[in-house]
Amino acid sequence: MASSARWNHVWVGSETGILKGVNLRRRQATNYVAASALRRDEGVCAMCWGDPSESEILVGCLDRSVKLFSTEKGKFTESRQCLGGEGSFCGLAVHDSSIITCVESGLLKVWRDAENVETQVGAGVCCMRQNPAQPQCVGTGGKENALKVWDLHQPEEPIFRAKNVRNDWLNLQVPVWERDLQFLPGSEKIVTCTGHHQVRLYDPSSPQRRPVLEATYGEYPLTALSLTPAADSVVVGSSHGDMAVIDLRQGRLVKCLKGFAGSVRSVQCHPTLPLVASCGLDRFLRVHNIEDKRLVHKVYLKSRLNCLLLTSRERWEDEEPEPAAPQADVKEEEDELWDGMETVATKTVLKRNMDPHVRETQLGKRPKKQKRTSAGP
Amino acid sequence: MCGLGSMASGAAGSAAGPGDAARAPDQALFPPGFSVSEIKNKQRRHFMFVRWKQQQRKDKLANKKKRKKEREALGDKAPPKPVPKTIENQRVYDETTVDPNDEEVAFDESTDEFAPYFNRQTVPKILITTSDRPRGRTVRFCEQLSTIIPNSHVYYRRGLALKRIIPQCISRDFTDLIVINEDRKIPNGLVLSHLPDGPTAHFRMSSVRLRKEIKRKGKAPTEHQPEVILNNFTTRLGHSIGRMFASLFPHDPQFIGRQVATFHNQRDYIFFRFHRYIFRSEKKVGIQELGPRFTLKLRSLQKGTFDSKFGEYEWIHKHREMDTSRRKFHL
Repeated sequence: MASSARWNHVWVGSETGILKGVNLRRRQATNYVAASALRRDEGVCAMCWGDPSESEILVGCLDRSVKLFSTEKGKFTESRQCLGGEGSFCGLAVHDSSIITCVESGLLKVWRDAENVETQVGAGVCCMRQNPAQPQCVGTGGKENALKVWDLHQPEEPIFRAKNVRNDWLNLQVPVWERDLQFLPGSEKIVTCTGHHQVRLYDPSSPQRRPVLEATYGEYPLTALSLTPAADSVVVGSSHGDMAVIDLRQGRLVKCLKGFAGSVRSVQCHPTLPLVASCGLDRFLRVHNIEDKRLVHKVYLKSRLNCLLLTSRERWEDEEPEPAAPQADVKEEEDELWDGMETVATKTVLKRNMDPHVRETQLGKRPKKQKRTSAGP
Repeated sequence: MCGLGSMASGAAGSAAGPGDAARAPDQALFPPGFSVSEIKNKQRRHFMFVRWKQQQRKDKLANKKKRKKEREALGDKAPPKPVPKTIENQRVYDETTVDPNDEEVAFDESTDEFAPYFNRQTVPKILITTSDRPRGRTVRFCEQLSTIIPNSHVYYRRGLALKRIIPQCISRDFTDLIVINEDRKIPNGLVLSHLPDGPTAHFRMSSVRLRKEIKRKGKAPTEHQPEVILNNFTTRLGHSIGRMFASLFPHDPQFIGRQVATFHNQRDYIFFRFHRYIFRSEKKVGIQELGPRFTLKLRSLQKGTFDSKFGEYEWIHKHREMDTSRRKFHL
């Protein structure tokens, strides 16, 4: 039986080490780690989809273990230690069925079965992201560590190394602090946001290594960004609980999204729908509509939230087909009469009657599953 | 003149607005919706308004009397008195209200930054300082605060940056840092930072009364460790703030001192009072205030130690967005 975990819209990783699945249509949040097995050193610090069909989630924890969560089964299936370097994970990606990890001290590692590829990308890394168009390319950036793009087939030298902007009017060096980055689809451009409240656009295809566009927003560090579905603007979140949409063609502020109480830790836009999900230290998951700036959903998730994954499912309303009436009944009906029409009719009736009951049984079963997951790793 | 006056009186008397009950019905000549404020003669308008006001009061008292009589007539069977509506009991439901049985929140709280204090691994040691060049009232307030909080030390700021003070505090095993800010000799802000790794809360402080300014105060407080009362910290944010205040005071109060420090939260304002109590008999308790007293309002809660520029905020009071309802409270 397929688990209902597959139908969750948003997956959120918390500081207390809990992976939460949120079904926004049903307004239901489920913890996929048993409350008895919680440990703060297993706090989630990075997450990514394990495969393009979004049936697996890779969860990077504070204690350097990477766990594989299967949304089909609704539990953790594998766990492996990814040691080396220092600090917590600042990025996680998958390429050729091998995991790519990057830690704060700057060790970028590809975990292959035969041999691991290791690269030093420089200290103080804050973010590592994969290019969705070219999965062998990753970008890194951090504090006093300018943006670099690496090709994992030639990990010796970066294929693009950004240059810092010109010195300021006092002829002083401008500090570098890339907090988050993302590749623009359809071009080689990269957009980054910095701890000094700038949004920068780099273009590796042009001869200019300095940013081709710079915009500033607010006066507090920008912590997360995500491209909008049209890829012509970017949603940025700040440590002060401000979120805004910034146009990438002119570098102008388009609109602000409201409703935050604390720092935004992670932002993700839906690839097609005009929706943006964000989570942060104020323990709320919020889903805004980008077009009319409306707050569509607001879910309290009880812990400080570090990262989130939004499903790319097109049909948001897709719902778990209600588990059909118990199979034994169906068989009996089949035995009694072979009239397809009538069985369908009775089934539907049964479904409606069963509806609340079915949900109850599911809810009742959940703790059992959780126990199993806790026993697994 | 006279005719005009009588007309005006008739007009007001027939008014369907506030003045209708005051007049005899035979003068009702004016359209409904007419109110006293439409009378153009100021003297007349004032006169009519006073009369209307008196009538209102009379009606109210009569109603009250009537209700009381009915209640007396019913005796024991009288329906319970309706509870008055206040902003607090009409409060908008806050989904972050902490359920004591919630395992997840319990885990979160048992492993947060205050856990070492609540597990009795650390003993509170507090540094109290001020903004640069404090003036009289602020200095005296700091002194009085240090008599309330056991094991607290007042230091002169000496123009040092907070970011430079904090590592020194950590190396000297201080567990909390209190900074009193002042504006024109009046203390108006309080930064409370838990050490070694946060969080930092920033409060606005108002209504500071020093010991000298409190009437009917008791004798100066003794050295005993006071008891702590934390009232109405119900939401998740309130719990964090409450734990922060609790961790200022040592465990195991000395009940022989009979002193209580109270942090009372009402409508997001935190009232601090310091009392001495005495049990006069089995039923009667006497209290006297020892002072100082002040009121705090939370402005922000920041993760980590003080870093106003690059720090990450857990909660900020954004009054334009959050103060949309008078019945919404955050603590």
